[in-house]
Amino acid sequence: MSTHAEAAAVGLTHQGSEDTGLGHRGPESKSIVVPYGFWLFILSDMVLFSALFASYATLVHATDGGPDTNQLFDRKLVAVETLALLSSSFVCGLAMIAAKRKNMQLTQVWLLLTGLTGLVFLGIELFEFGKMIGEGAGPQRSAFLSSFFTLVGCHGAHVTAGLLWLGTMMAQIWAKGFRQDIIRRLLCFSVFWHALDIIWVAIFTIVYLIGTLP
Amino acid sequence: MTEHDPELHNVAPGEPHDSLLTETLSYVIGLGLALLLTGISFWVASTGTLWGPGVATGLVVLAIAQMGVHLVFFLHITSGPDNTNNVLALAFGVLIVFLVMVGTIVIMAQMNHNMGAPSEELMNLQMQH
Repeated sequence: MSTHAEAAAVGLTHQGSEDTGLGHRGPESKSIVVPYGFWLFILSDMVLFSALFASYATLVHATDGGPDTNQLFDRKLVAVETLALLSSSFVCGLAMIAAKRKNMQLTQVWLLLTGLTGLVFLGIELFEFGKMIGEGAGPQRSAFLSSFFTLVGCHGAHVTAGLLWLGTMMAQIWAKGFRQDIIRRLLCFSVFWHALDIIWVAIFTIVYLIGTLP
Repeated sequence: MTEHDPELHNVAPGEPHDSLLTETLSYVIGLGLALLLTGISFWVASTGTLWGPGVATGLVVLAIAQMGVHLVFFLHITSGPDNTNNVLALAFGVLIVFLVMVGTIVIMAQMNHNMGAPSEELMNLQMQH
């Protein structure tokens, strides 16, 4: 009894109204803390992209006599890319619903579709990059093109990393089943994937649509 | 003991909840709204009937609306009491993103302006030495 009272006096107990510094209920469970930490990472990633957007907006007219946005970008390709990434994000959500109900077949099918639509997006982007570099509009041509390849390439690198992560998650779910820690990783992946789509909305608006206004 | 169940008080970002129907409905509504906003964006950018100088601003507004749709229907960031931490973190992130972008664009435009031909005022100041 006396030890309990001492512990309470210095605030080391969860009993009563003593403040543990972690709220009255103690720390949250891992299923809350892990995705929340990942959410903070996503937000810091958004800050990284905001710096790339800022440098792009600053350098967009610094074409050094080379091709400008109106000559380079093709809206039809961008529309297909946008649809591919949006449907990928949607199907990823369906996979999360299936995973929550521990439906192995549906989860794997939806995740596979997520990956395939992601691959379509990446393929079109690489085709566009290859075409531009072939026309002599590579990243070393002008400050505008350097910032363009940095911004859009960084998003593409994120998508590539996401696809590798997606493949790993499919294998882990297949091999280890719907364990608590696997579900947490899958949830983090879905947050990552949806966030990439949000960044793409900013890219297709600021870079491609505003860049090709008459 | 329900007081000790953390799920009652906080949800993780991106986590679907409730029943199968409402969860699926959330993604379907999100997809529909996102497609609608994307379609409007491409239409606004292609049509010549709108007032030219306002188009870029309109496109940015549409993009922000679509980001909101993604946040609410795909990432399930809501204004509910179980989401306070996620929303606060998001608000801080948006603040930093806003500061970095607007700050850079304003400062660089200003410096670019000053790097051009020196203005009358600047010439006069230099003459006074």
